[in-house]
Amino acid sequence: MSLVARHLEENGIPTVVIGSARDIVEECGVARFLFSDFPLGNPCGVPYDREMQHDIVGFALDLLEGATLPRTTVQTPRMWSEDTSWKDNYARIDPAQAETLRRAGEARRAAQAKAQARGQSA
Amino acid sequence: MTTTHRTFVSYIDRTREFYAAQGYERPYQWAQNEGAPFAKLPKPLADCRVALVTTASVFREKGVDPGSLRGGKQVWSGETQPPPDRLFTDDLSWDKQATHTDDVESFLPLTALRGYTESGRIGSMASHFFGVPTDYSQRRTLEEDAPEVLRRCREDGVDTALLVPL
Repeated sequence: MSLVARHLEENGIPTVVIGSARDIVEECGVARFLFSDFPLGNPCGVPYDREMQHDIVGFALDLLEGATLPRTTVQTPRMWSEDTSWKDNYARIDPAQAETLRRAGEARRAAQAKAQARGQSA
Repeated sequence: MTTTHRTFVSYIDRTREFYAAQGYERPYQWAQNEGAPFAKLPKPLADCRVALVTTASVFREKGVDPGSLRGGKQVWSGETQPPPDRLFTDDLSWDKQATHTDDVESFLPLTALRGYTESGRIGSMASHFFGVPTDYSQRRTLEEDAPEVLRRCREDGVDTALLVPL
């Protein structure tokens, strides 16, 4: 998505990326980035919290008007929850599950190789 | 307060470690740029036509084959009025443990944006929002999808866009 934002900027359309994967967006480099420190999936606010969603879009509009240089990041002052355990849990590798993960990867690679072979023979 | 670690999640680190644990030897190569292009607002925001861009897809039931190009992954447009009740997000890497995407407004805030149209903060909303696939291939995003989103923005008279990746 950040690559699309860059393309629009290059062609004269100013943009704001509203997102929760801060490192991915900032490494790619965009003109304006509104960072929601939320679990991936709801960068515009907690589901069904219309007031928060309204505020977050407002912050994005402020950023659109206020930024004077590219790579401007603003973090919304909104919190997801007092409970921040989601930050540790995303794609966490539980040592007890290491073998299961390795086998899942092997199974997926085998399935992909099979699909590819089918595609080539078609 | 003090800290010894970043307080925000590094998804680049998490993803690399997660796939390494599955035996993938070559980590994903994320886009990295030193600079970034920057366009100024062409006119006051109160006169601008604003578009939303999402990484979600047209809603379909789980397990239904999209039956089209790139597994259904292509740039698409949806009408902003009325906003869609549901969109398909199962193929995206959002945090399925911590949250859900049943509320479209939490990632495609058409109602919030309409509120800013009514208050006069923005000029108007584009008649369509645009969907762009999250593609493993950056080349396809750059050469096919990004120009297509630009074309659709221009067709809809868009002055500025809010892009919301899930």
